Amino acid sequence: MLGAATKRTPTEAEEGKGKMTDSRAATATSTEPVAAAGRPAKTIEARGVNLFYGDFHAVEEVTMTIEPNKVTALIGSSGCGKTTFLRSLNRMHELTPSARVEGHVALDGEDIYGAAVDPVAVRRLIGMVFQQPNPFPTMSIYDNVAAGLNLNARKVSKAQKDGVVERSLRGAHLWDEVKDRLDKPGGSLSGGQQQRLCIARAIAVEPEVLLMDEPCSALDPVATLAIEDLIAELKSRYTIVIVTHNMQQAARASDVTAFFNIEGTGKPGHLVEVGATEEIFTKPQKQETEDYVSGRFG
Amino acid sequence: MESSVQTLAPAQPSRLLSSGLGWRRRSVNTVMMVLIAGAFVLAMIPLFSLVFEVAKRGIPGLSADFFTTDARGVVGGGGAAHAIVGTLVITGVASLISVPIGIMAAIYLNEYGTGRLRRALTFFVDVMTGIPSIVAGLFAYALFELFFGPGIRLGVMGSVALSLLMIPIVIRSAEEVLKIVPNHLREAAYALGTPKWKVIAKIVLPTAFAGLITGVMIAIARIVGETAPLLVTTGVVDSMNSDPFNGRMQNLAVYAYNEYRSPGVMKQAAYDKAWAAALTLIAIVMILNVAARLVYRRYKTEIR
Repeated sequence: MLGAATKRTPTEAEEGKGKMTDSRAATATSTEPVAAAGRPAKTIEARGVNLFYGDFHAVEEVTMTIEPNKVTALIGSSGCGKTTFLRSLNRMHELTPSARVEGHVALDGEDIYGAAVDPVAVRRLIGMVFQQPNPFPTMSIYDNVAAGLNLNARKVSKAQKDGVVERSLRGAHLWDEVKDRLDKPGGSLSGGQQQRLCIARAIAVEPEVLLMDEPCSALDPVATLAIEDLIAELKSRYTIVIVTHNMQQAARASDVTAFFNIEGTGKPGHLVEVGATEEIFTKPQKQETEDYVSGRFG
Repeated sequence: MESSVQTLAPAQPSRLLSSGLGWRRRSVNTVMMVLIAGAFVLAMIPLFSLVFEVAKRGIPGLSADFFTTDARGVVGGGGAAHAIVGTLVITGVASLISVPIGIMAAIYLNEYGTGRLRRALTFFVDVMTGIPSIVAGLFAYALFELFFGPGIRLGVMGSVALSLLMIPIVIRSAEEVLKIVPNHLREAAYALGTPKWKVIAKIVLPTAFAGLITGVMIAIARIVGETAPLLVTTGVVDSMNSDPFNGRMQNLAVYAYNEYRSPGVMKQAAYDKAWAAALTLIAIVMILNVAARLVYRRYKTEIR
């Protein structure tokens, strides 16, 4: 699947492996967020991942599993490697000059760092939303959402594109607010709307996994709540990994939490503990974790 | 309840009101402002006097004939249409050569280049910005002489010489503009699974478009008045020629020089026409600069 960027066919969606409820699928109209009945969200497995910037060892020996259709939160104090690790999951880490990845990261069993693997294909399957909303300033709202289709040379008819744009904007809870001004520039929205636009853009290409790097840190509380609600809804269709500085957000929004820590400046960050969110926050196994979540350091 | 804000009577002389120090600072301030404004006026005087002088002497030479007829077969009369057309053609072909090469080189330097090759290229581009224009002309002449024999004169030779001068300017300004495109836009495109060349073509270049056009227009304004390289490459001719690949082509700069140097029988008319050609050149440069500003304002993208 990763060796050639194949377009997903409808028959795959009809395989009965999904976790969508049938009632949602039954009431979906053609432009409602398509209940991806049977479209499996995939698992990511990281084994022995070490990340470097040149000679600097940034992240050390991370082994964890990102479970499908769940929200995994990566928490930890500043500089402990959470974002670096996140970016290694969709091969964005290597875009930094002199950055290096060692270890294995597998999307449903397939090594994404394999020799024959096209990183562009990996990034189409594993999408990313960034901390600062970054809609393309030269494009309208419509073109921003359709950017994934336009830039990936998928030939889609105008009608199909309209459908994708509407579906994605509805999925990001932005449709009602922008449906009358789809041709306005992408930068004319508020911060929270821009971030939802970026989410719509990311889900328009129908990735299997969605990575979010502190998506709410630049937003006000109202917008943050809207995004968190959105994440709760999206997890039924995508696997979501979110990096957050905000412990309360991790406690609210995630199913699995992974705690990263760093021993001191200059030392590599490492994974301390990973487990169900409730357990991490109420009965963590390591003392370090307990100290962090109870606010003794941060 | 009384007002809770009470003014205190100062018990000692106020430390906030300035003493003699304030007066001195103010007068130094005024003196400096006068000096700076004066320096500005001083710098503007040559510019304004130049434009005024050229306009004063050039306007008598302007006429309908000046813009519509060439000097073929006419003694002392005729116009500069062939020169105007020649300037436009030569500059146009030079831009056609320089702009793609310059912008692609800037893309390489900014998006792909690493390490030693990039440093070497940047160094050579810097060196090229200092090439004397006559050297560029001689180089173009020598190049064409290799293929076409001595004495060859073609419009396109002038374009080649001018593009040697134009390319480094285009590269430098395009590189600066591409650097300004924020990296998070490239990352957003990469995260959607876009191949690198498409990120550049569809995201980086459109975002930098206004700046690129401005840089090109400024480069054109720089070369439009070059005389020395054109003297040795395009030659001097009296008749209209708009084919860059076929024989000599006149242009405004060489025309002005020629009218001044060999005015022929009707001296004053020739001098007038030389001034008028100079005035036309200044007008072209001004129009290009204004157009560059307008294009920038119209097409610039607000990058948040």
